[in-house]
Amino acid sequence: MNTICIMCPMGCPLNIERVGDEIKVTGNTCKRGEIYGKAEFTHPVRVVTTLVKLSDGSVASCKSCLPVPKERVADVVEGIGKLTLPADVRIGDIFKVGVKSLDVDIAITGTPASA
Amino acid sequence: MLLNYDVVIIGGGPAGMAAAIAAHDSGAKTLILERDVRLGGILNQCIHQGFGLHYFGEEMTGTEYAERFRREVHKRDIDVMLEAMVLSLGEARIVTALSPERGLVKVKAGAVVLAMGCRERTAGAIALPGTRPAGIYTAGMAQKMCNIDGYLVGREVVILGSGDIGLIMARRMTTEGAKVKLVLELMPYSSGLKRNIVQCLDDYGIPIKYSHTITRVVGNPRITGIYYAPVGEDRRPILSEEKFVSCDALLLSVGLIPENDLLGGLGVEMSSVTNGACVDENRMTSLKGVFSCGNVLHVHDLVDNVSREAEIAGRAAASYAKGDLKSGEGVCVCAKDGVRYALPQRLTKGEGKVKIFFRVDGVYKGAKLVAECEGRQIFAKKFAVLAPGEMGDIEIDKAGVDGDIVVRLQR
Repeated sequence: MNTICIMCPMGCPLNIERVGDEIKVTGNTCKRGEIYGKAEFTHPVRVVTTLVKLSDGSVASCKSCLPVPKERVADVVEGIGKLTLPADVRIGDIFKVGVKSLDVDIAITGTPASA
Repeated sequence: MLLNYDVVIIGGGPAGMAAAIAAHDSGAKTLILERDVRLGGILNQCIHQGFGLHYFGEEMTGTEYAERFRREVHKRDIDVMLEAMVLSLGEARIVTALSPERGLVKVKAGAVVLAMGCRERTAGAIALPGTRPAGIYTAGMAQKMCNIDGYLVGREVVILGSGDIGLIMARRMTTEGAKVKLVLELMPYSSGLKRNIVQCLDDYGIPIKYSHTITRVVGNPRITGIYYAPVGEDRRPILSEEKFVSCDALLLSVGLIPENDLLGGLGVEMSSVTNGACVDENRMTSLKGVFSCGNVLHVHDLVDNVSREAEIAGRAAASYAKGDLKSGEGVCVCAKDGVRYALPQRLTKGEGKVKIFFRVDGVYKGAKLVAECEGRQIFAKKFAVLAPGEMGDIEIDKAGVDGDIVVRLQR
């Protein structure tokens, strides 16, 4: 797998491979690149940020409380899309999202200007 | 009606809020004038992560970062006038504003902090070739329509420029079901942060073409596509290699302009590089008692740096209003040899350490940044990499400063 390290502006091009029992990172110029490369290779995760509908027709912004597996980001977005939350949500409120075989909570991060 | 305040802050975004808190905590009676319906500025439309890692030591969304500061403002006895459009900054620091609630308001300020942020360069500003159909938006406008108003501006999107807002919007539009077909960047490198290239483009397989630009916009009344071509070393498009891509929306992420219109006619010394005022280490402009901070001073890539800079300005503004701000003999700080600008542009001689922020004009690997005073080296540091998209800072000791300072790259 090839990617670019995002730990600093250097942006080292990383090549990550499984060699026997070991995961080998090449192209990095420091230890942080190796750690990043291994994480991206074994279990890449992302925090999902998107909008969620409110019962009055407006939208609030939200994020997954924890990073979710990268390949499930689209499923989580779809799950959030099915929700309609009360219009009086506040920043920091937490809700459950129904996503197959994943336990995902979202936190409200922003509310409409009128709130 | 003439109101009186020690410190008047123009703009209630991240810079204005941090400046207000610092001014208030230094004992100043403080007013924020904000044209929007709430405090927070552009952070209110930044629903993505990546804010606060430096300032709060945790990663949060822009909206959450704004909320933290809003709460701090509201906890204090800081006056806030919303939907208040500042019309002018006049002689003797009289600020005139228009508010739907209070009509025409004049405020006499002991000190003024400029915190108006910046606006985006538009199709007109970059002389985008072709016609002007519907469907062309600045990336920030598309972001506001999406994240605040809940509208998606297109289904098949091309983005010109690789500024951070454009990259963030590439991911955002994809998440909302649009197809981002192409990102074009005139320069051979991105003007955005590396992590945005990886997490907003690479994660979704969105192609970016460096050293490419738009040669023509087509469609009437709505955009139906664009022609694009690679550019030569002179950055002019090579028309023989022109290609077409269809789209129903074009987002522009081609730079920001500090919104300094209020300073027109005041004779404030401006920097032609930052398009902001020239300031000293207190962020005071050449107009005594008028301070500047955040994106109206120079475009930042991290809001955390905006907050810190605004605190400097807010504290100093409070001191100025009380008559406590020390002034002294100043020296100039100039940028040369690969350094596009260094800020503050002036330093007062004296004691203590001071941070100088800078940007370089290209991508430099293994370059040494030096600061020299009267030909003498007062600072040197080797950087693994320096890129125009990432602001750097160095700290120098004022004790050794007895003349003008030059910040430059040594190769």
